[in-house]
Amino acid sequence: MTTVLEVSDVSKSFTMHLRGGMTLPVVRGVSFAARAGECVVLAGPSGAGKSSILKMIFGSYRCDLGAIHVHHGDERTDVANAGPRTMLALRLRVVAYVSQFLRAVPRVAAVDVAAEPLIACGTEREIAAHRAGDLLARLNLPDRMWGLPPATFSGGEQQRVNIARGLVGDHPLLLLDEPTASLDAANRAVVIDLVNARKRRGTAIVAIVHDADVRDAIADRIVDVTTFAAAA
Amino acid sequence: MAENEQPLLVADGLTRWYGRQLGCRDVSLELFEGEVLAVVGESGSGKSTLLHLLAGQLAPSAGLVRYRMRDGVTRDLAALSEAERRFLARTDWGYVQQDAALGLRMAVSAGGNIGERLMAVGWRHYGRIRGAAESWLDRVEIDPARIDEAPSNYSGGMRQRLQIARNLVTQPRLVFMDEPTGGLDVSVQARLLDLLRRLVQDLGLAVVIVTHDLAVARLLSHRIMVMKGGEVIETGLTDQVLDDPREAYTQLLVSSVLPV
Repeated sequence: MTTVLEVSDVSKSFTMHLRGGMTLPVVRGVSFAARAGECVVLAGPSGAGKSSILKMIFGSYRCDLGAIHVHHGDERTDVANAGPRTMLALRLRVVAYVSQFLRAVPRVAAVDVAAEPLIACGTEREIAAHRAGDLLARLNLPDRMWGLPPATFSGGEQQRVNIARGLVGDHPLLLLDEPTASLDAANRAVVIDLVNARKRRGTAIVAIVHDADVRDAIADRIVDVTTFAAAA
Repeated sequence: MAENEQPLLVADGLTRWYGRQLGCRDVSLELFEGEVLAVVGESGSGKSTLLHLLAGQLAPSAGLVRYRMRDGVTRDLAALSEAERRFLARTDWGYVQQDAALGLRMAVSAGGNIGERLMAVGWRHYGRIRGAAESWLDRVEIDPARIDEAPSNYSGGMRQRLQIARNLVTQPRLVFMDEPTGGLDVSVQARLLDLLRRLVQDLGLAVVIVTHDLAVARLLSHRIMVMKGGEVIETGLTDQVLDDPREAYTQLLVSSVLPV
């Protein structure tokens, strides 16, 4: 299997200028890889830096040190040193991220929120909406809600819109931050099926999941984030 | 977004003094087609000066602005004749003012406001101009039946939407926006933002938007440039700058926003 993601010796800390320049170490020496069709689960207690690692791979957090190589086609991009335009292009077609919470945009309907990543890379609006609708249906979001903006949805409903948005494209690298945290058992099972289907299609997945049953059902490998603890 | 394409707009070392008062110092940037750049900072940070320099409305004390014209040739704005610069501003560029009254002719009908830009690019057929104006009113969610009313009859939100229609009717490739949602009620703001977001996406516009509202920057922009005291202190991907701000001032800006 080909390697899609290679994280090498990555370190991250926050310097908090409003707290007199206090440095908050997050992680140090993070190294792991994910291959096509493989799901790597990041494990560790809250505050161990799991979400920060996902955000560094997606480029919304910066790295202090190290490299994050993403392989796509014959190319290789080091996210740790990529400029904004390179990152935007990578997010368009290569790496998708399901954040813990949906950032709802006023007035935009749930189905359009989910379809947006496809439209952004050139899929026709109707086809994109159709595929988004398929996913929302599989995630048991009643179709009377598709036309509504998700701002007023419950946590679980918003999360399903967010999952549909992350899975609607065909990105070869998928980052999932607690995708099942506010879902019931039936919808957790749907997410497990969707993730496993993506693995069979060769998607590399890095996930954070606290549910033991979900983790057991999707993980090929567990990476213990506490081994990357940064000394305070 | 191909990596090898040429930028649409390039600024190099832009500096502007107002007498001994600094407007902005040594600002360089590249903007590509379809890209939205938000310039954020507080009042007096130099962001409006920068916008005026980029749009050729103000001459720099030092530095230059280059623009890739529709014929593919990149030209120095300072080297354009006044007529050429005006033509550019009326056709390939848009400029959305915070105060719609400055960007519109308040005593002229809505249709006239939109039609004027088309006439500047040579449209002469009255029926076709009116048709285009009606379709643009519809696109910015103004009832086309109100085409003959002057914008002085319109609400603040409608005026702003009319100003956007007036700017976009000539299919510009680059639009400058100066606090386009400033001074509007929040519900009106949300509608305008949603409209802007869709138009920018559908038309593939390049945009430089000046705003002090980080939520607006988050919603609309790909990249952010943070200004303070006339200088750029931090730039990067929008979510990177907002979620992991590096500079003390950016951290202060981000942490000063009340979560809703």
